[in-house]
Amino acid sequence: MANYSTNEFKAGLKIMVDAEPCNILENELVKPGKGQAFNRVKIRKLISGKVLEKTFKSGESVEGADVMDTNLAYLYNDGEFWHFMNNETFEQIAADEKAVGDSVKWLVEQDECTITLWNGNPIAVTPPNFVELEITETDPGLKGDTAGTGGKPATLVTGAVVRVPLFVQIGEVIKVDTRTGEYVGRASK
Amino acid sequence: MNWQASANLTALKQRAKMFAQIRHFFAERNVLEVETPLLATSGITDLHLENLTSQYTGPHFPKGVELYLQTSPEYAMKRMLASGSGCIYQICKAFRDDESGRYHNPEFTMLEWYRVGFDLSDLMDEMDSLLQVILNVSSAKRYSYQAIFIEVLDIDPLQASTESLQAFLRNNAQADMANILTEKDDLLQFIFSFFIEQKIAQTQPYFIYDFPASQACLAKLNPDDSRVAKRFEVYFKGVELANGFDELTDATEQRKRFEQDNLMRQANGKHSKPIDENLLSAIAAGLPDCSGVAMGLDRLLMLAGQYAHIKEVISFDLTRC
Repeated sequence: MANYSTNEFKAGLKIMVDAEPCNILENELVKPGKGQAFNRVKIRKLISGKVLEKTFKSGESVEGADVMDTNLAYLYNDGEFWHFMNNETFEQIAADEKAVGDSVKWLVEQDECTITLWNGNPIAVTPPNFVELEITETDPGLKGDTAGTGGKPATLVTGAVVRVPLFVQIGEVIKVDTRTGEYVGRASK
Repeated sequence: MNWQASANLTALKQRAKMFAQIRHFFAERNVLEVETPLLATSGITDLHLENLTSQYTGPHFPKGVELYLQTSPEYAMKRMLASGSGCIYQICKAFRDDESGRYHNPEFTMLEWYRVGFDLSDLMDEMDSLLQVILNVSSAKRYSYQAIFIEVLDIDPLQASTESLQAFLRNNAQADMANILTEKDDLLQFIFSFFIEQKIAQTQPYFIYDFPASQACLAKLNPDDSRVAKRFEVYFKGVELANGFDELTDATEQRKRFEQDNLMRQANGKHSKPIDENLLSAIAAGLPDCSGVAMGLDRLLMLAGQYAHIKEVISFDLTRC
């Protein structure tokens, strides 16, 4: 993998820090008038998800990280791995529990997810922004209430729990924003 | 689509107003406005400053000559002082290679002025008055370099060893820097930038004076304490705004410092730079006792108008020039 000098740093560049692939979020030059220049960089570690600040002496070179995002359809879970497929090449990739992480509760078969690969191996799975899931459990609530007075918790088929309006019932399919975990509406079927 | 200005009209109007205020300020004080060349046959020997260069070919230099875009108008202004100009100021462009970021653009605007007969404290008074006019702030606080280190970090920068400064970095989540930085001045400057600058001068400017002698640059050493130099810097809201000296008037000592700079450059794998013999001759001929200071006007405008990035106060920044 190529090395990058601090002059090439910008948001979105993937570099290796502490032997872990990282995404640069912010990069700032710190240069006293008469002194050595530094780059103060905010990075997200792509495996642990940790965000931290790191300082580099300007002009230093840092190893790039071979990280790429690919869009793959979710197929199934075999108990150990979650399988995804490229719908054009039919190539399949299996992601482990660590890579899938919290996204597991938003995985819907055939939905296209973003899989982050490092050296070809999946390290993160990002679900689509919106998913549609069936409610398996919720308090029957009050019939006829359509105002949404604070709502009630509902458990979805994947195990995710979201707040829904009182009128939404078991067996209905709802649309959820995976970035916030919030109910958006009933699915349009 | 980058043909449009990076600064909006409000910022451009604030810039014009600031220039008018500065010119009025110096006119009232009988300081003469001058212009000096931005292109010169010599550059600067500083370890951490790089000139942009250009090529001239034509009459006088039929075979071509490399001309350095000036990192500040200091040398030419000192030659004017030595030829009897009296107190002078200049608003001009300055150029620095390899500097671009939130507070840096490789071409930027500088105000530099020299006061014959002023010592550093007189010049700090004048700087204070100017900042009150432009920034509408209360009077600056003044600390020596040593006092601010002790107040904020409980470290004495004049006594501290290189090892103790490295240990400080290791204990403060900067272990990488502790390994990379091995010169005491680099360590002090890093600690100042990352652990002091952001903590001080939030409600009023701070003037930090009596820098370590090893960071004297073109300043006289303090005759009462040769560990420090008569240099001051201005900080406000995390921004380094200005750098001033009680100017060194000893040509032999000045030559020694330039040669020392070049040795440092070589030790750090950089080319040494030609020494400005015109400047040294001028100092030898007689630079009057004076104090001078340079201030970044783009940064001053950022502070005056609360702009987050230097491009918001420059008509066309590096990405649009």
